[in-house]
Parts: sequence; C-alpha cells; structure tokens
Amino acid sequence: MNISTNNLRKNYLKEVALDDLSLQLEGNKIIGLLGKNGAGKTTFMRMLAGHFQQSSGTLKVNGQNSFNNYEITKDICFVMESDNFNEKFSIKDVLAISAEFYPNWDHEYAEKLIELFQLKKKQKVKNLSKGMYSALGIITGLASHAPLTIFDEPYIGLDASYRSLFYDLLLESYQQQPRMIILSTHLIDEVSKLFEEVVILQKGRLMLHETSDDIARKHLVLTGSSEEVDKIIQNKQVIYESTMLGQKVAVLFDEEITDVGSLKVSRASLQELFVYLTKEEVKSYA
Amino acid sequence: MSNSLRDDIPLFQQIAEMIETSIAEDNLTADEKVPSTNELAKYYQINPATAAKGINLLVDQGIIYKKRGVGMFVTKEAKDIILSKKKENFFKDFVKPMLEEAERIDFNKKTIIHWIEEESE
Repeated sequence: MNISTNNLRKNYLKEVALDDLSLQLEGNKIIGLLGKNGAGKTTFMRMLAGHFQQSSGTLKVNGQNSFNNYEITKDICFVMESDNFNEKFSIKDVLAISAEFYPNWDHEYAEKLIELFQLKKKQKVKNLSKGMYSALGIITGLASHAPLTIFDEPYIGLDASYRSLFYDLLLESYQQQPRMIILSTHLIDEVSKLFEEVVILQKGRLMLHETSDDIARKHLVLTGSSEEVDKIIQNKQVIYESTMLGQKVAVLFDEEITDVGSLKVSRASLQELFVYLTKEEVKSYA
Repeated sequence: MSNSLRDDIPLFQQIAEMIETSIAEDNLTADEKVPSTNELAKYYQINPATAAKGINLLVDQGIIYKKRGVGMFVTKEAKDIILSKKKENFFKDFVKPMLEEAERIDFNKKTIIHWIEEESE
C-alpha cells in the first residue's frame, strides 16, 4: 500500500480544511494520525477513502486517485465515528453488504467478532447503543482485511475493557495479515504503543511525520536549575518550558546535545509531546 | 513479568531488559524458548516492530539466538553476559545515586557502611 499526496488542498466554501498537504506513506504499518479537533484529519481520511475530490493538488493511493474508483476503494475500508451504516439495516445486512463490497472479506472471522462483542445479528442498526454501533464498525474494519484499513475514532461509547479487546484484535489481525492501518485517535496514551509511525496534522498542514522510535529519540526533557537549563537551551528549538520553585523543565525537539552538565534528562510520552507541539497559549485576560 | 511499560525509556529497550531480568532470575534458562515477537506484541499491546527491535538487541549481544522457522532461544552464555553487564552497571545504577542522596541530606557515610555490614551478616 502506498499513499502519496502533493500540495493537497480541500476547501469547504471559504473554509480551508486541508492546506498544501504533502505526505508519503508506504508499507504495511500501523500509523497513528493525530491532530487537534479541526486539524483536517477526517477530511484527509475521507479523501483517501474516495468520499469526495480535492480542491487542488494530487492524491494517489497505489498510484491512482480513489475518488469514484472502485478499483482502489475496494481495497480501502474506512470506519468513521458515526454514519457508517444505514439505520434501516440489521447487523446481518451490514455484514452481507460488506462481504459484497470487500473482496478479502472474512466471513468466519466476522462471525467470531460478533460473538466476542456480544452483538445479535437480528438487531437493527438504529437500535444499537453507541458502544454497540462502534463495535460493529470495528468488526467491519477488521473483517474487511482491506489492504488499507482506516479507523477514525472507532470507539465512541466503548468502555475501557472493550477498547483493550479492540487493541488485542487489531494487533492479532495485523500480524496474521500485515496491511496498512491508519488509526486516528484522541486517546493517545492508550494506543501510542501500537504505532510504528506517527503523523501529526495542524491547521490542515503536516506538522510532523516520524517513526515512533525517532520521535522518542529526537526529543529531550531537561530538568534542573533555571540558570543551567537556560544556558543549554539558548538558540535551540524549545517546544515547552516551565519553571517552578527554581526548577526549570524544558523540552527540546530535533536538537543534538552532547553535554547536559548536571541536568537531568528524561523522555516525555507521545501524548505529552503532542500537547506541547500543538497547544495554543492561554492568553491572560486579567 | 510486569505488564506495564514506562514512558520514559524506549519500549524496545524495556522489552530487552525484561527478558534479561527473566534470564538473570532463572525464569528462562539456556536453550529455552523466548516468547516470539508476536506473543510479546500481543501481551504488551505494542507494535510488533518494537518487540522485534528489543529481541534483536539481545541477539546482537549474544544473549539469544534465532533458529530459523522455530523461534528464539536463550544462549548458554546468556546469564553470564547479563550478570557481568549488571555488575558493571551496579556502581552507576545503585551506589552512586545512594551516595549522592546521602550527600544531599548530609548523611553520615559510616552509618551507611554499618547498615550494609549488618544487613549482609
């Protein structure tokens, strides 16, 4: 699987949802797609899935544009937060339609998943609780075996236990049939360990695309006395700093530092880094 | 094995360290099979590539070896390698931080020595 965008742009009337996005993704990997609300994640995923055309720029999935192109969309399963299924259908109908659409659909596996998530096939979509609805989306995504499977916040209403089950199933399914899985989420702490690569969008643009290893390696959290920290972080790319009780914490990104003196060096979690990289300053109104 | 991983140390390193600890404590012995990358990935809910990197770290140090199509196994020298590594790091990891803390709180070194002697009797 191979995704390539160049100067990709999408406007909704005057709103710019994606602005000059150039991004290359390839191989069988689990990729985390992160960004604040309104960063353009869902727009990007919907365009990958061929839901609508771009305003300008290029978008290629395995060399072709996915819009109105079954050759490509049969290989893409996109599970959204909501609006995945027609309310009139029963779970059985949903599975039958999915089986028609996705050439690699695994019927037995879908049946097994229905049991695991304790759904009943006769139930109508409109009568499902939020959690059960999400479970049905997850089941579709996993059983599709689509070479590109995209999950956009697939677990609204699912409790921690079922979310953990989803992570187990995702890993198992990925190991049995490696494919490209894009997972967009706000629950970064829960899933960051699953990611091989991470993409962060900010205001419709690409902010960061790195392997998880590189993100961990490329940042430093320095702690020590204010003077010492200030000396070292001069002219460096500081993404976060704060001082309390004479102790200063500074987070550097993409900087090589050989000598930190007596400062303590540690690492931040992906979720913390995400917040440091994307947070707006709170302006005081006092 | 503890099921919780920390944020401040690279995951692959933690995987390698947990296997090392398991060998040092004789839970895994020479020529015994080490959990596969898939098993590790599933147990810790981590990306299989991360688990593989941790395993490779140990292969590079001669602590485990791969048998094609069968799996990974503990080498005969594994425990010696791990113990000598742990001995090398003992001063840096345990003694130095203790002495630094003692100095910070103005603590008498003789008392520490006395404790050690008493404890090891």
